[in-house]
Amino acid sequence: MKEYKLMKGNEAIAEAAIRAGADGYFGYPITPQSEVLEYLMAQKPHERTGMVVLQAESEIAAINMVYGAACTGKKVMTSSSSPGISLKQEGISYMAGSELPCVILNVIRGGPGLGTIQPSQGDYFQAVKGGGHGDYKLFVLAPSSVQEMADFAKLGFELAFKYRNPVLILADGIIGQMMEKVQFFDQQPRITDEEIIKKYPWTTTGKTPNRERNIITSLYLEAIVEEQHNRKLQEKFKRMEEDLMFEKIECDDADYILIAYGSVARICQKSMELARANGIKAGLLRPITLYPFPSKQISGLAGKVKGILTVEMNAGQMVEDVKLAVMGKTPVAFHGRMGGMIPSPEEIVSALKNKLIGG
Amino acid sequence: MDIKDIIQEKNIVYKRTDHLTDKALSFCPGCGHGTVHRLLMEVVEEMNIQSKTIGIAPVGCSVLAYEFMNVDMIQAAHGRAPALATGIKRLNPDKYVFTYQGDGDLAAIGTAETIHASNRGEKITIIFINNGIYGMTGGQMAPTTLIGMKASTCPYGRDAERMGNPLKITELVAQLPGTYFVTRQAVHTPNHVRKAKKAIRFAMENQNNGLCFVEIVSNCPSGWKMTPNQSNTWMAENMFPFYPLGDIKVPEKKVV
Ligand SMILES: Cc1ncc(C[n+]2csc(CCOP(=O)(O)OP(=O)(O)O)c2C)c(N)n1
Ligand code: SF4
Repeated sequence: MKEYKLMKGNEAIAEAAIRAGADGYFGYPITPQSEVLEYLMAQKPHERTGMVVLQAESEIAAINMVYGAACTGKKVMTSSSSPGISLKQEGISYMAGSELPCVILNVIRGGPGLGTIQPSQGDYFQAVKGGGHGDYKLFVLAPSSVQEMADFAKLGFELAFKYRNPVLILADGIIGQMMEKVQFFDQQPRITDEEIIKKYPWTTTGKTPNRERNIITSLYLEAIVEEQHNRKLQEKFKRMEEDLMFEKIECDDADYILIAYGSVARICQKSMELARANGIKAGLLRPITLYPFPSKQISGLAGKVKGILTVEMNAGQMVEDVKLAVMGKTPVAFHGRMGGMIPSPEEIVSALKNKLIGG
Repeated sequence: MDIKDIIQEKNIVYKRTDHLTDKALSFCPGCGHGTVHRLLMEVVEEMNIQSKTIGIAPVGCSVLAYEFMNVDMIQAAHGRAPALATGIKRLNPDKYVFTYQGDGDLAAIGTAETIHASNRGEKITIIFINNGIYGMTGGQMAPTTLIGMKASTCPYGRDAERMGNPLKITELVAQLPGTYFVTRQAVHTPNHVRKAKKAIRFAMENQNNGLCFVEIVSNCPSGWKMTPNQSNTWMAENMFPFYPLGDIKVPEKKVV
């Protein structure tokens, strides 16, 4: 049997990146995710696998280092927390526009502005609606355990290369900082330069006599060509539904459904148990991918239940997507905390009673 | 002797490098950008490194450099080319990596990336076209615009008091321990073109010794609102006194 390790989420994803055969990581310190860079540096990945780890001069530089390295077909990653993710947005938009794979981790902290180093889910809109300029989507994974932090590093690279698109792992300060047991997959070999040329013929690896030069750009000066490029991108974003992931817990007989992701889904699981102990048949739907979003599944449940409560650590962001999925078929209520406050299981049950059940 | 007897392979004294594509350059007539594109590609050809070269085009008039240079190329965000180059070279140490950047790109929005890539001693070559103006966006003031020089955002001339001073970023970069070779050249006369090419060649050959930085003081006839000839004369009279040509940091080994 494989051994378990006790680790912080931030450390687990760093270890998993090395094991997934990542070629490079570029980052800049910010709480609550600095352990990613610290762990990587302490591991000497240049000795373990040859992976390059560099502390950049800013988040802007870090994402552009990722951009450059991704053009050469390498598995590259960056991580940050909210203010730093804001700085990366131009680079992320360029990468989406140029169809480049990479993994980006956002361990969200409370905002706006410098905000607080406490956990939050305030960057949901930024994550799932694009984030930077232009019409694009990121593939967004929302881990709710330290184990998923590790697993999603590997899955994230697979999806990034499958779709040639940046993948965002949207965690929050709780997942990044809490320690849990985690089991790792075995070390995977890093891809060789020969394999890159064979598998990813679009990469800029140096023009050889047997092919035309490769150009990576997001610039299309003619409107009609830019529109065609956008159409192609939109088709790809739709195709991502193939890899939709969600978890349903006790939804079959439920009168009320809680919808939450990340650490809040863990809290809601407790709320669900408390509600059931009080005779309220509650279920939980946890979107694991936030883009693509499980709209059809939510819509399906909406026809069968008396109400849906969306719980988030923000002022109400995912609830807008839930409402779009439900289309008025059942009442949708929202309970949220902000600024680094974490909702308790009990207050979620009270919200369910007050906002949906009544009496 | 018939003309056909003269036009023969053995009589060729100069040939346009096939490392430039056949696409017509998009630069204004008389602009220095085209000459520098040619020199860079001639160097890549002469060094026989096309299959190992990765270039980075900036945001600016040379944004379409990848249309003209027949090497693998990437278009970077405004000012970020040295960061892209860092990512590429760190993960592909056997490649030759160059950035090609204007003064707004390199010395305003991208100052941090320029300074830190230079200070870390990234093993790349930076080609820096200093025309003292933002060409692409229609002639606004650049970090390198001279005092008194007119631009669309300083229509009465740059005034140090209100607009700050022109930045000699090349001298700044030369101070950093990570740079190996730093030079300032021009391409407005055949003699200068020859010297500039030597500098570019040295900068490409030596990038694995440390960051090599070649500034080309160039003209922008459109932005300066001059004819190409006037712009070259004006450049020699006004730009060169403030941005003197010549090597600024030379490795001890280099035979000048
Ligand atoms: C983030 C961002 N800001 C501003 C611009 C607009 N812009 C495009 S080119 C340019 C200036 C380029 O000037 P320079 O680097 O001197 O190059 P030149 O055109 O003179 O060759 C600016 C400001 C942009 N594309 N992106
Ligand atoms: S605007 Fe200036 S720098 Fe740009 S192509 Fe024209 S002359 Fe050259």
